[in-house]
This record gives sequence, structure tokens and C-alpha cells, in this order.
Amino acid sequence: MGRYVIRRLLQMIPVFIGATLLIFLMVNVMGDPIAGLCGDRQCDPATAAQLRKEFGLDKPVWQQYLTYMGNVFTGDFGTAFNGQKVTELMSTAFPVTIRLTIVAVVFEVVIGITLGVVTGLRRGRPVDTGVLLVTLVVISVPTFVTGLLLQLLLGVEWGWIKPSVSTDAPFDELIVPGLVLASVSLAYVTRLTRTSIAENRRSDYVRTAVAKGLPRRRVITRHLLRNSLIPVVTFIGTDVGALMGGAIVTERIFNIHGVGYQLYQGILRQNTQTVVGFVTVLVLVFLVANLLVDLLYAVLDPRIRYA
Amino acid sequence: MRGATHARWAACAVAVALTATACGGGDDDSGGGSGSGDGSGILSSSWGDPQNPLEPANTNEVQGGKVLDMIFRGLKRYDAKTGKADNMMAEKIETTDSQNFTVTIKNGWKFSNGEAVTAKSFVDAWNYGASLKNNQKNAYFFGYIDGYDKTHPEDGGKQTADTLSGLKVTGTNTFTVKLNQKFSTFPDTLGYAAFSPLPQAFFDDHAAWVSKPVGNGPYSIDSYTKGSQMSLRKWDAYSGPDKAQNGGVDLKVYTDNNTAYTDLMAGNLDLVDDVPAAQLGNVKSDLGDRYINTPAGIIQTLAFPFYDKDWDKPGMEKVRTGLSRAINREQITDTIFQKTRTPATDWTSPVLGEEGGFKEGLCGDACEYDPEEAKKLIEEGGGFPGGQVKISYNADTGSHKQWVDAVCNSVNNVLGNDKACVGNPVGTFADYRNQITSSKMSGPFRAGWQMDYPLIQNFLQPLYYTNASSNDGKWTSKEFDKLVDEANAETDRAKAVELFQQAEEVLRDDMGAIPLWYQNGSAGYSERLSNVALNPFSLPVYSEIKVS
Repeated sequence: MGRYVIRRLLQMIPVFIGATLLIFLMVNVMGDPIAGLCGDRQCDPATAAQLRKEFGLDKPVWQQYLTYMGNVFTGDFGTAFNGQKVTELMSTAFPVTIRLTIVAVVFEVVIGITLGVVTGLRRGRPVDTGVLLVTLVVISVPTFVTGLLLQLLLGVEWGWIKPSVSTDAPFDELIVPGLVLASVSLAYVTRLTRTSIAENRRSDYVRTAVAKGLPRRRVITRHLLRNSLIPVVTFIGTDVGALMGGAIVTERIFNIHGVGYQLYQGILRQNTQTVVGFVTVLVLVFLVANLLVDLLYAVLDPRIRYA
Repeated sequence: MRGATHARWAACAVAVALTATACGGGDDDSGGGSGSGDGSGILSSSWGDPQNPLEPANTNEVQGGKVLDMIFRGLKRYDAKTGKADNMMAEKIETTDSQNFTVTIKNGWKFSNGEAVTAKSFVDAWNYGASLKNNQKNAYFFGYIDGYDKTHPEDGGKQTADTLSGLKVTGTNTFTVKLNQKFSTFPDTLGYAAFSPLPQAFFDDHAAWVSKPVGNGPYSIDSYTKGSQMSLRKWDAYSGPDKAQNGGVDLKVYTDNNTAYTDLMAGNLDLVDDVPAAQLGNVKSDLGDRYINTPAGIIQTLAFPFYDKDWDKPGMEKVRTGLSRAINREQITDTIFQKTRTPATDWTSPVLGEEGGFKEGLCGDACEYDPEEAKKLIEEGGGFPGGQVKISYNADTGSHKQWVDAVCNSVNNVLGNDKACVGNPVGTFADYRNQITSSKMSGPFRAGWQMDYPLIQNFLQPLYYTNASSNDGKWTSKEFDKLVDEANAETDRAKAVELFQQAEEVLRDDMGAIPLWYQNGSAGYSERLSNVALNPFSLPVYSEIKVS
């Protein structure tokens, strides 16, 4: 197990370097960011040159990347164009997005798995068909449609929620955005769980457990569910990273000042420091989430532990 | 063993949740105040994250400008209705030769931290703004002042002076300005935010000042959370005549103006100063007379790459004029912009007024839609270079795609060829500007101009004078330059305006840029507010707004 973890940690290094380098190059080929800083007029050449020097944009890209990575390891993610430290932006943006992600994952786990178990045990019944239909609709409707519709109905027409989330973004204001963010994944979790449960219900160990005379509840939770959760956990694990990085649409609709918002601003203003900084952290989150998933396997299925 | 693993996992999840909450926990959102017409009500207004640190000489976009307009007052201030430059902090500005000016400021003004506003506050601020080492993006505003080339060498060389030799403090409340050329309307430019005075605190602790700016205007900043909200409160000791009529303004950052509009509809926000294009169709039924749509000092044009031989050869003026005549401005402003833009008939803006230099119809036939004449002109001039015209625009903001496509449609219909004109989107604004400044455009491109100050000079000189700072198309005309120089030297205002208009006619005859339409400012507000208006810069006049 320990060697397994170490191997996984070592694998993270090339992924990390590759991902950041790619992002760095992609942002850089978009052209000179200083050109956009002065609005619809030209910065005077002297000021532009000075700014370029200050942000290190006058050096070749490889040198910029090395300097940047060197700074990152000392915790310095550079400065955004508006004079704020990128770490400062992160400290305001990440807690908000983490909260949003938590709400979304909780929805996925609670609603998704429950619905999946219920439908998996009742295959072919009206409940099953109904849920299948609903999830199909949820998957096929884009997030921004769901988001805008809920915002309009709950926020403006019925006045149950505020259409936009306040600066502090406490948990209770994030329920609706979290549900919107979770919706598509939630549908997938339901379907994954359903298939997995339905498949394992016919397996030998379940028949044995039932034959032993174990109560139905125990058969389902300890034997059936536990084995059926492996693909679901994989999905949710990788989804954590996807939710954090992909919250951009939801965050925009509900005016949440999280990671998606900062990334959007950074890309629009072609702010290399912000974009690369945030993506770097997102890559780390993704890697750690994947590692956790692999470790969770061991909890769910002891056989994996010895592999 | 197994139980322990579970417990650890659960504890970890809880810890993450708690940290997240703890990190985000701040003070409560105080929301709108409950003042009832006694001037203490607080309104909330939509805002965008300023692009630059909030310094007067470094702010060149609307969002930062909004704040500066509330916390600063300069020597002059532009009238919200007429755009005329009236004295604000200036007692008088005198000159005998349009080149040397003596400025006397009013007594008794203070910054909100208690410091007195003196002549030195202005001179220090201007010197700071002009100095290359401070990277101020509006430094060029001080370019008319003597000694600018020393503090801000154009070639990026080493600066040889930190202060402008043309500025001299002659008393507590007086200073003199020497310009490097005659510029009769110079005093009228001094209402621009870049010319605001700065307190000593700005220079003593710059970082602290930037995180919470201090000015001499009717509002002071109560709290500022970068990227999300700024709370401005009425400053009771404000010495100017335009005291705030409300208790304060909460500026809330919105990532999307659609969300701001939704919040206004839900009663969660009081003022939206940028009605999203998607809502223009139903804004009148939503808001009734709480929707404002008034002209602003913004004009949209199509510029040409005169550095490209194909666009600069003799006869092309006919093609350019033909292109202008092939655009059905009326139809586009009606259908795409829902009348929030007005077809342009000159190169300035209606906010200048007749006296200020706006002359309706100056463009004449050249801006009128006439399919037959347009086709004839384009053919006479030899047609579009390469048989096709590509109109470049940035696709990331401002919904430019729609109108560019509409313009091309109009042109294609006129020529009976659906390949004659196509749009050429550029991904980001930064890249778009990049291509323009490096002279890489191969056809006409979108150009917008938001005035710095309501002067006809500002609509012509920076854009069309040879090698001027924003002459992106590199159009050049000796005749035009000569007339602009004469106009700047002319002390009689009416005569100066006339000379500028003559210069504009030169621009028209060569069709140096096609004027498209004047842009309006649009805003919507809640039932709590009254007396809401937009100034010529399309900023709400916050201090006048009453909250009930």
C-alpha cells in the first residue's frame, strides 16, 4: 500500500509539469496581453515596454516559464494586472468554489446513490422508467439552461431565493447553484449506481448472503452496495476536479466569485499569472482527488489493497 | 480497523467543510439602508471589476472611472446635461497666450482624511502621473505640459527628470502651467479624472492608499473587497456644492450583466448601468420609465489599414465612400440595437451639442444608404482589394459579431454578391488590439472611441492626426493636421470649433474612417430610486440620486 501511494505521488510530478507548461504556452501564444490593457487605444510605447518588463513579458517564453515555476515553489504565484497578488485572489476564490463543490458532491452522493439503489432494485418498474426518463432529460439539457430557468423561476417569479449569491457565499445560498452544478453528474451517478446494483444483485455473494438469512437491509448496504460503489466512487472522485474547474458557467449565472470567475477574467484579460496559477492548483486538486479515489478502493474492496 | 478508516475519512471531510466555511466567513452583507427620503438611504449598483489599480492617472476604463467620479473632484467638472466644463475646484484659470496658464484653486477644500487640498496636491499628482517609472496608463494626458518628454521619453529611454518643468507651485492655492504648444481648450480638459489632486497619504503609503483610496469627492470609501464589492458612504464634511443626495452607494461586482439585470428584476439591486443586449427587447415593458437611454460620448467607426498599399492607392477613397453608402445604418440600429444607437452623420457625438462642435449631417451623402450609388462608387474605385472585404472585430465582448454580420449583409445585398463582405472574428480583445497596434490588419476593422472630455478636439486629434496615439489606421493628411493645429491655437472658441469642423470635412472627403453610429448609455433602476440620470460619459450621476 505504501509503495503504491509513493508510486502514485511520483507519477504526479510529470503530469503537473506537463499540464502547467501546456497552459503556459497556450496563454502565451494568444499574443501580447499588454495590448489589451489600455482599452480601445494604444498604450504609449514607453509605458507598454515598462509594463512588459515589470511582468517579465520581455523575456523568451521558456525563461518566463522557468522563472514562474521557480517562484511557484516558493509560494509566489505572481501579480494580476489589477495589482493584486494571485495568492490573494486564490484565497478568496477557492473557499467559495470548494463550498460550491461540496454542496454539489453532497447532492450527487445523497440523491444520486439513493435513486440509483432504488431503481437498481426495481428494474423495469414504473419508478425505474420514470427516473431513467428524468435523468435523460437532465443530461440532455445544458447546464446554463437549467441554471437560468431555476434562477428565473425561484429567484424572480416566486422569490424563494436571491437570484445572485452574495460576496460571502454561505452554504445556504449555494444550494440552488450547487444543485444546478451537480445536475448532470447527478444523473450519471444515478445511472451508474443503478446498472451496478442491478448487475451485482444476481452475483453469487449476494445469493449467499440472502441464503444465510441475513436481513435484507444488511444484504443491500454491506454486500450489494459496497461492491457496487466502486465505479461510482471513481466517477465522483474525478468529478470533484471537473466540478471545480467546470463551475465557470454556474458561477457566471449566479454571480459567484469563485475559481471559474477568476479564470474567466484571467482568460479575457489574457492574464498569464492568474490563469496559470489557478490551473496549477486545479491540476493539483485533480491529482489529489484521483489519489483519494484509488485509496478509497482499498477501503471498499480489500482485495485491491494487496495488488 | 475498518471502522477507524471510516472515521478518519469522515473527519477529513468535516475538516475541509469547516475550513471552507471559516475562510469565507466575513462580515454580514449590510444590504440596503432604510432611509426614507432624508438623504440617508443607501443604494446598490452593478459594477465590474476594475482592470487596473485605482489610481486617477492609471484608470482608463469605465468601471474604475465610476469610483473615481464619486471620490474625486478636479479643477473642472462636466455638466451632466450639457457636457460643458464648469469650474469645480478651480477659482479661475487664466491665460493670455493659450500656452501659459495660471490656476487658482478654491480655499477650504479637504481630502476625506482631513488633509487640505492645495496647489501642491495637484502638481504632485500630475508629476506622478506623467513619470514613466510609475507606469500610469493615462500618462499621455500630461503630454501637452512642458517637460513631458523628459519625464516620459517616448522611445522608452531613461527619463531625465521626475517632475514636469512646466508646472510650478506659486502659492498655497496657485500654480502655473506651461504647455509645449498652444492649446486654447486646455482648461476644458481638466475635468478628466487623470487630473485629480492626490493627498500626501498617496505618496507616503502607496499600498495602503490603493487598497482603500482617499479622495476629495462627495463620497468616501467605507470598505473595499477587491473583486466583489465596494461600499461608498456620503462624506459629511465634503466642501463642494454637489453634496450626495443619498447615504451611500454599494457597488457590487457582477460577472455577467444579465445576472445584474435579473437581480434588479427580483428587487435585489437598485441600479443597473448597462442593460444587457438580450434584454433590450423587453426592458420597456419590464421597467417602464425607469429605463434610461440617453446619448453618450461614444462613437463606433470602421477604420482602414492605410499602411496597406491596397487600401491607400488612388481611387480607394471612392471604394471607402461606397462601402459607407452600402451600410444601412438605420435598419441595423433599429433591429440589432433596439434604438440604443443612433446612425452617425459626423465623426463626433451629439453630447457635444451644436456649440461644442457636433454638426448633424456633416457627413452628408457619404453616410446615407444608397445601394445604387454605393455599387457605382465601389466599381469606379476598382472594387475591394482581392474582391472581398473582411471586417475584423473581437469576438469576446460587446456582441460585435451581430452588427458586423449585419453590416456585411447590407454590403452583400448592395453588391449582389454574398461573398463580397465577411466578418473576421479575433478571439480576445488583447489579441485584437495586438494585431491593430502591430499594423497587421488587412481590411477594415471595428474601432470605438469613448471621449475623454466633451471637446470636438478629443474626437478628432487623437484619432486622425498624423501619428496620433489612437490613429490605429494610420490615416494621414497634411490639410487635416494644419487645420487642427490652427484650431488649437485659436483662442476664440467658436472659431476653433469651426476650424475643427473644416478638418472633419477633409476627413470626410477622403473617408479616413466610416462613422457608423453614436452609442447611448442605458440604465435601469428600481422603484426606490428617483432623479437618476447618466452623464455624457454614460456614468450614473450617483450624487444626485434620491433613495426613498
